[in-house]
Amino acid sequence: MSTEQIPVTDTPFEVAGRTLRSRLILGTGGFKRLETLAEAIRATRAELVTIALRRIDPQARGSLTDVLDECGVELLPNTAGCFTARDAVVTARLAREAFGTDWVKLEVIGDDRTLLPDAPELLLAAEELVADGFTVLPYTNDAPILARRLEDVGCAAVMPLGSPIGSGMGIRNPYNISLIVERANVPVILDAGVGTASDAALAMELGCDGVLCASAIARAHDPVAMAHAIRAAVEAGRLARGAGRIPRRLHAEASTPDEGLADLTPPVR
Amino acid sequence: MIFLNGEPRERAGATISELLVELGVEARARGVAVAVDGEVVPRAEWDARRVNEGERVEALSAMQGG
Repeated sequence: MSTEQIPVTDTPFEVAGRTLRSRLILGTGGFKRLETLAEAIRATRAELVTIALRRIDPQARGSLTDVLDECGVELLPNTAGCFTARDAVVTARLAREAFGTDWVKLEVIGDDRTLLPDAPELLLAAEELVADGFTVLPYTNDAPILARRLEDVGCAAVMPLGSPIGSGMGIRNPYNISLIVERANVPVILDAGVGTASDAALAMELGCDGVLCASAIARAHDPVAMAHAIRAAVEAGRLARGAGRIPRRLHAEASTPDEGLADLTPPVR
Repeated sequence: MIFLNGEPRERAGATISELLVELGVEARARGVAVAVDGEVVPRAEWDARRVNEGERVEALSAMQGG
């Protein structure tokens, strides 16, 4: 079975009424060259990529938006670097002006060391942006109750972290991710912490609807090869989730039947 | 004196559009957004909105991220 057939057999990945063919969303941060970013986008087959807003750099070479337009991807602006709900809300409104989209990857972080979300500020910002007509995809802690609260205020998806941004530590609390998935009525997208392909596969096996990944690809020794690997892992994990894994058991269970086993005992002389 | 992306400039009275040109941004460029004193200035107001003495202008554009 070729991987091209997977989307046909799978249910579509829908976020806020938009159907995405790819369950992998690519973060554009960390790529050293725009050419590599473009190649990685093609390798991931991502349709949605994140983007940030920063002060205009008159010395900047090459246009990021031109490159992304050529790749035919949709933009998901983020509010990276915001520490308060107010800053995040204003940043989202600036992104709407800049890119003409009301989709936002909402990040409100608590400190520089961990880059972990600040839960009360995140919830406040989410509520305000939903009221202002935004399609809000919040980067959140792997906390089931917070995920539920974000859904309750109208977020279009929840994006729990596997581990801190850029840490490559994988999914530290798969149990919590399972609890979030079990209860969510909106898509669950694992965001942050993926270090290599198996982390992305695990996210999908746990029942996540998608994976958002930046550093694991951008900072890999060969970003384009890793983009292929993580794309394949997301598809493999999705297939495995649908296929239904066997239960874990403490002891072995033979896969070859005992019936008809030859009697090879030597004769007693 | 105004502040353009954190730098002091003797440009009180200039419009947002004029300041963007000075930053090398073509008028109406996609992927650009402007805030003055922490409030969004919609694109439709860039030609008319003049920056007053002491105001802080943030002129932003697309950057790789997250």
